[in-house]
Amino acid sequence: MASRPDDLAPPAPERSPAAELAAGALRLSPLLVGVVPFGVIYGVLALAGGLSPAAAMAMSSVVFAGSAQFLLARLAGLGAAAPVMVATVALVNLRHALYSASVAPALAHLPRRWRAILAYLLTDEAYAAAVGRMQEPGRNRHWFLLGAGLALWSGWQASTAAGILIGRGLPRSLPLDFALPLTFIAIVVPMVRSRAALAAAAVAAAVALLASGWPYQLGLLTAALSGIATGWICSRRGARP
Amino acid sequence: MSLWVVMIASGAITFLTRLSFIAVEGRVALPRWFHAMLPFVPVATLTALIAPEVLRPGGTWELSPLSPRLAAGVVAVLVAARTRNVLLTIVLGFAAFLALAALR
Repeated sequence: MASRPDDLAPPAPERSPAAELAAGALRLSPLLVGVVPFGVIYGVLALAGGLSPAAAMAMSSVVFAGSAQFLLARLAGLGAAAPVMVATVALVNLRHALYSASVAPALAHLPRRWRAILAYLLTDEAYAAAVGRMQEPGRNRHWFLLGAGLALWSGWQASTAAGILIGRGLPRSLPLDFALPLTFIAIVVPMVRSRAALAAAAVAAAVALLASGWPYQLGLLTAALSGIATGWICSRRGARP
Repeated sequence: MSLWVVMIASGAITFLTRLSFIAVEGRVALPRWFHAMLPFVPVATLTALIAPEVLRPGGTWELSPLSPRLAAGVVAVLVAARTRNVLLTIVLGFAAFLALAALR
């Protein structure tokens, strides 16, 4: 009789929109510990990469995607062609389609405006904080995603502004633009956890080095696609992690 | 000027990617190959940007072990692998860069 206790548990009481909003913001708040330093670093380095304070700040709400913003700041400094920059952003943000597919069933009943707002707020962190709640029942659970998304958005804007203020105070003579590739190293190294990922990185590096003279940073896109294809082929062949 | 165009286009494409499946209410499933290649996108893209900045800045090969960029890159890789701390990686890598640049 007690073999399936889950069936006997009373259904969770329906929470109000305000309670869901607060719970979502609360669930996201620990993630701000990791996000805020990143926002500050972005603000400092975007200026070092040659962006104006206004452009650096606007990017945090217009693009609103951490790694893509770092990439854009660097590519702008390197003089990449506009289509290459946009294509690179599209590539690194493809993963968001995965989040979109994951939360779509929970949002299917909402009006279009609601879905547009939640899509805009669907960052790595908001998704990570809210995905659990999205898979539970609840009529107001979209407010949870809104709370998580708004908390992340506010933290990102505030930390970007702080970074821009710090960046303006730093001496121009400091060659801070080299800190951007170092930031990318800090992001990439922990990702290389399988042989397939190592192969992807090695091929991307080799092609990028050989193609670094190509115009408009087209070598970057070629190298990225070569690395992705290599990783994919290696993982299909069952390379052991 | 053109940076603002890039920024708005990038923002639009990011938004549309996030909206994609939400807009069609989850009635379409992602193909399996998409799931399979996704983990390699950030690794390959960011490495493609890093490698020339460390080893071939401005198109010129810099392979001397005393090259500030190469030394900083090696320090950053080691620190990141050991600590996984973004800030520490940047600070120690940049310190190595400045130290060797001052020696030159």
